[in-house]
Amino acid sequence: MPDIYNAFLSRIEISSSVSGPLSGIRVAVKDNISTKNIPTTCASKILLGYIPPYDAHAVELLKAAGATIAGKTNMDEFGMGTTTENSAFCPALNPRDVTRVAGGSSGGSAAAVAGGLVPMALGSDTGGSIRCPASYCGIVGLKPSYGRVSRYGLIAYANSFEQIGPMAANVADTAKLFSVIAGHDSRDSTSVSKPYDLTGLYAGIKGKIVGVPKEYFGEGVDKHVAAAVTAAIDRLEDLGAAIREVSLPSLQYALAAYYVTCTCEASSNLDRFDGVRYGPEPEMNLPWHDAYTSVRKMGFGPEVRRRILLGTFSLSAGHYGKYYVKAQHAKQLIRRDFFRVLTDCDLLAGPTMPNVAPKLGELIADPLQMYQTDILTVPVNIAGIPAISVPCGTAHGMPVGLQLMGRMFGEDDLLNAALAYEEAI
Amino acid sequence: MVSKNEVLHTAKLADIGIDTSELGNFTEQLNAILEYFDILDTLSADDVLERPLVNVFREDNVSTSLPQEDVLRNSHNPEDGYIRAPRVI
Repeated sequence: MPDIYNAFLSRIEISSSVSGPLSGIRVAVKDNISTKNIPTTCASKILLGYIPPYDAHAVELLKAAGATIAGKTNMDEFGMGTTTENSAFCPALNPRDVTRVAGGSSGGSAAAVAGGLVPMALGSDTGGSIRCPASYCGIVGLKPSYGRVSRYGLIAYANSFEQIGPMAANVADTAKLFSVIAGHDSRDSTSVSKPYDLTGLYAGIKGKIVGVPKEYFGEGVDKHVAAAVTAAIDRLEDLGAAIREVSLPSLQYALAAYYVTCTCEASSNLDRFDGVRYGPEPEMNLPWHDAYTSVRKMGFGPEVRRRILLGTFSLSAGHYGKYYVKAQHAKQLIRRDFFRVLTDCDLLAGPTMPNVAPKLGELIADPLQMYQTDILTVPVNIAGIPAISVPCGTAHGMPVGLQLMGRMFGEDDLLNAALAYEEAI
Repeated sequence: MVSKNEVLHTAKLADIGIDTSELGNFTEQLNAILEYFDILDTLSADDVLERPLVNVFREDNVSTSLPQEDVLRNSHNPEDGYIRAPRVI
């Protein structure tokens, strides 16, 4: 099937001879996840020609489960974006309406699944990069609890937030892919031993207490999106859940705390891209600062350079206390807020995104406006907890995502609730 | 407010380079974003910061590494098992 959505940066068919739960299943892999002998670019010119000498842990597990690797998917450069328009190699298009974005940053993975090119894909989620494109394209996407999937081989952008996670057309396939990639890996020092047992998956939400944070329906949330999500929450109640309004007042700091922290981490993580060990060749006769500056100016796109600038600025002498330190205090308040409401509630529910997929070009000129569309996805990355986006109807003719958020390592509750909802609609 | 000179200085620290033609736009965007970040400065920094993440270290035992030729394969300037870089002085 031709890739009319620019979902892939490279298409291949590498089948595994092993027999396992993913035997014969084609899985697409986001291009920031290392694949041995297959080019991995993070959709950046600075990694053009880079061929990883090793597989990410998640890719090793796919192969061991019998999966066929179907290609590397398009994304916002280094995961920085909400629309996949920051790809150095053309944006991914939304299969539901090709004049609209697929979402980001795992837009290629979502478009590949929604367009029927593969049944499942790996994405990565730093501040919503799995859930946003899942919501915009009308598929399912799970951001696992921090530490549950190894980050070994995931090319780092903001490593205190990001997780590799599954994306698929339905909840059962999402759960199946998650069961393959979850588990301990000693090569990621934040990895925990929490495998996921697929045999525990059932359609179950009866008796669960679902909190609805009022901040998830605040200013900036499209009223048609809010209506679709409210109807979905009513459906959860019909299925036997007890619905309770809750409040997370610290969320007013979430977006700023997220962007300060992720740009600071990015400015450090992306320091390694200088052309010496991989990427475009530096000019060997120039002094090293000039040689590296020339490679990085040419190799990084505008959004990556903007985030490196922001991070370097926020970490520099005289600004560190005002931005970075305060962001860490904000993160603590947000974590405490989530852990407090998740003591009484089993799950939280709200919209994944405040809008439906925008038109191509609609947001790209205003970075702050684009950052603000992440307002409902970044909080769980700060708290480290898991969240899933499940399709819940349409608004303005485009898919809307219901976001369910759970306790730390509570993916089984999330997947069971999502399956119950999916079966009921 | 961040001045154009501060943006230039930051770009120099980060080795990313900025053309004069981009400077105005980058400065304007950075100011809008930093103004949004100001909400953080209303928070107190008196609270003790907990460390929710704990690094797990392994024993410092020798284990198998990737073959040297595989690691050098992506470099333009390998030499005697090393990688040549631009001159430092």
